[in-house]
Amino acid sequence: MSDPIIELQDTKLHYKIGNAVSAMMGLSTTVKAVDGVSFSLHKGESVGLLGESGCGKTSMGRILVRLEEITGGSARFEGDEIGDLKGTDLQRFRSRSQMIFQNPFDAVNPRYSIRKTLEEPLANAKISRSTWHQRVIDALDLVGLGDPEQFLERYPHQLSGGQLQRVVMARALILEPDFVVADEPVSMLDVSVRAGVLNVFRDVRDRLGLTAIYISHDLALVRYVCERTIVMYLGKIMEDGPTEDIVHDPLHPYSQALVAAVPTPHVDQSHDPLPIGGSAPDPRNPPSGCVFRDRCPMAQLRCADEVPQPRRIGTRLVACHFVSV
Amino acid sequence: MDAPLLSVKDVSIAYKVGALDIVAVSNARFDVPQGSIVGLVGESGCGKTTMARALTRVIADNARIAAGQMQFAGQDIVSLSEKDMNSLRWRDIAFIPQSAMNSLDPVYRVEYQIVEVLRDRGGMSKSTARKRAVELFEMVGIDPGRLRDFPHQFSGGMRQRAAIALALALEPKLVVADEPVTALDVIIQRQILDQLRSLQRELGLSVIMVTHDISVVAYICDRTVVMYAGKVVEDCDTATLLNEPLHPYAMGLKNAFPDLHSAGTGILTPIAGSPPDLANPPHGCRFAARCPFATDQCRVEEPALTEDAPGHFVACHRAAEAVALREEAKQPGTWGTAA
Ligand SMILES: Nc1ncnc2c1ncn2[C@@H]1O[C@H](COP(=O)(O)OP(=O)(O)OP(=O)(O)O)[C@@H](O)[C@H]1O
Ligand SMILES: Nc1ncnc2c1ncn2[C@@H]1O[C@H](COP(=O)(O)OP(=O)(O)O)[C@@H](O)[C@H]1O
Ligand code: SF4
Ligand code: SF4
Ligand SMILES: [Mg+2]
Ligand SMILES: [Mg+2]
Repeated sequence: MSDPIIELQDTKLHYKIGNAVSAMMGLSTTVKAVDGVSFSLHKGESVGLLGESGCGKTSMGRILVRLEEITGGSARFEGDEIGDLKGTDLQRFRSRSQMIFQNPFDAVNPRYSIRKTLEEPLANAKISRSTWHQRVIDALDLVGLGDPEQFLERYPHQLSGGQLQRVVMARALILEPDFVVADEPVSMLDVSVRAGVLNVFRDVRDRLGLTAIYISHDLALVRYVCERTIVMYLGKIMEDGPTEDIVHDPLHPYSQALVAAVPTPHVDQSHDPLPIGGSAPDPRNPPSGCVFRDRCPMAQLRCADEVPQPRRIGTRLVACHFVSV
Repeated sequence: MDAPLLSVKDVSIAYKVGALDIVAVSNARFDVPQGSIVGLVGESGCGKTTMARALTRVIADNARIAAGQMQFAGQDIVSLSEKDMNSLRWRDIAFIPQSAMNSLDPVYRVEYQIVEVLRDRGGMSKSTARKRAVELFEMVGIDPGRLRDFPHQFSGGMRQRAAIALALALEPKLVVADEPVTALDVIIQRQILDQLRSLQRELGLSVIMVTHDISVVAYICDRTVVMYAGKVVEDCDTATLLNEPLHPYAMGLKNAFPDLHSAGTGILTPIAGSPPDLANPPHGCRFAARCPFATDQCRVEEPALTEDAPGHFVACHRAAEAVALREEAKQPGTWGTAA
């Protein structure tokens, strides 16, 4: 196999928060948003990052496009440490890796026309002005906004949510990146337009051979776009493997809960209570041992003392002391 | 059968924008049976929130209920005096707004806000109100120790639960919840839906659940009312809607939804196009421009909402051909290309 395009080794992103008072109160002032994550991505691979709110998905994505500097471990892009990139290398990296944000209405400047929205990255990357018009048209065409001319002079509020999310995608793609992080790109959209945006995402990715990370809390959406899924909880990887295997036979107790929680459009779906209650604990004071233990239905004494290391089980890596084949 | 708790009859609601009248809800008609959960679904802008808000008559300044009746427990909400309406709100009909953030005031502690509603609307003493607040928090699954928190100290899921607690404070007969789980992750979403349903059963509530997500409807609603461009286009029990829809829009919605329990991932099919401008709605069927089954008749004559089978209402000229259309609707090619 080719060398990985993205390579993370024990990567950490600890945010410092609070003040002297919270320190005195014994509340740790560090949020371990990403806490020792390792995985690699090969060219053309699409991986879903799955987990509840606050488990570190967006933070992970922000590291990969260098919107955050890691506080430990290593994060490489084509072999180069992302945090060490400078000058033209950094500029090149910025155009080759892009992020698509959750809410299309927050992601654009409401006073910029669609044309200006799309020209901005071209200007930042110092692309020759004579090519702008064609590139803008091509990018809109790529995301299925056929007849692009009719959109150029419009403003964001004059587009539907689905159309605007496509513009946001076009902006991410206009510099022809190799790597894209899409952070819940359809969560703000109506069900009836979601399908269109997801199809465009799949289609463009395949046509351009993009490497992609798709962030969501909903395994049904991840399954539609990614062959591989990484399940995160409190900044750590719980399970990593082929999406279909996780859908049909989730191994980690947390993955099992996420699978059970996915809503389906059938009246005869299970109404059994979820295997876990509550929500993720305060990330300033994560539990000792396995971070999932205070919600885990299978937890035992050992889980409080020992951090489970990821182990290979068949096609997957699973971080749990008690999962076996 | 018992009389329905709520009966909405030919209700139209208009917004005045400059010289224009935007009729956001037009001739809506549906019932909410006693003790049931009724879903109100449709895409963004179809009039769900407008309809839901009108039930408490807390509507925008430029909005007007232009026609119709809303019979609630023997009285017509539309013609009630402001004073009578005021005593109905909270006590009989409670509303949970689209963003739970907005239902809690950021500058006051959560306890204060619940206690105020209980004292002001329920006429309780301060100490009774405090006890009731604890009960309410326990009921919706939040540690009563958190009552003294400010809203920003709550997670999104807790805020939504607190908004539900507030709505249940005076034991209303009808709770109208506007997109209560839309912004939440799947785990909290499921917890909140389970909570709502068990409360509904315990307290014998009726609930109107506004959502654009058919999986939410599938999970929790007994009946479902589908709206399109301000109109009710189908209204029936939820199982029938999902398995044997009569309206092409309802048929299309199913293809657009990813299903974790399907064998493969298949291909999702969006409903191409977008809804019409409500300031200037088209003649004929409002869905015609996007409907793969539209005929010449559809483009000139508006289909009326009729009772096709007992309890199953639909507004489509071709409802009688639904069995064949459902088969056609399953083919991705039927729906044209993305919009
Ligand atoms: N700039 C920051 N400063 C301090 N803490 C932060 C910062 N950004 C995120 N966090 C915290 O880091 C943790 C992970 O946040 P992150 O946004 O990565 O979660 P997420 O998985 O994307 O959640 P969601 O599904 O809600 O978007 C959370 O506890 C969050 O509150
Ligand atoms: N205050 C208002 N003034 C004018 N138009 C409005 C106002 N509120 C809503 N609308 C319009 O009414 C229609 C229905 O809106 P709404 O009831 O919020 O739909 P939904 O809840 O189904 O998304 C939309 O076309 C919307 O733009
Ligand atoms: S290590 Fe223990 S607490 Fe963690 S997931 Fe496995 S059984 Fe549960
Ligand atoms: S009336 Fe005609 S256009 Fe409207 S939904 Fe039925 S078939 Fe389609
Ligand atoms: Mg996030
Ligand atoms: Mg709404």
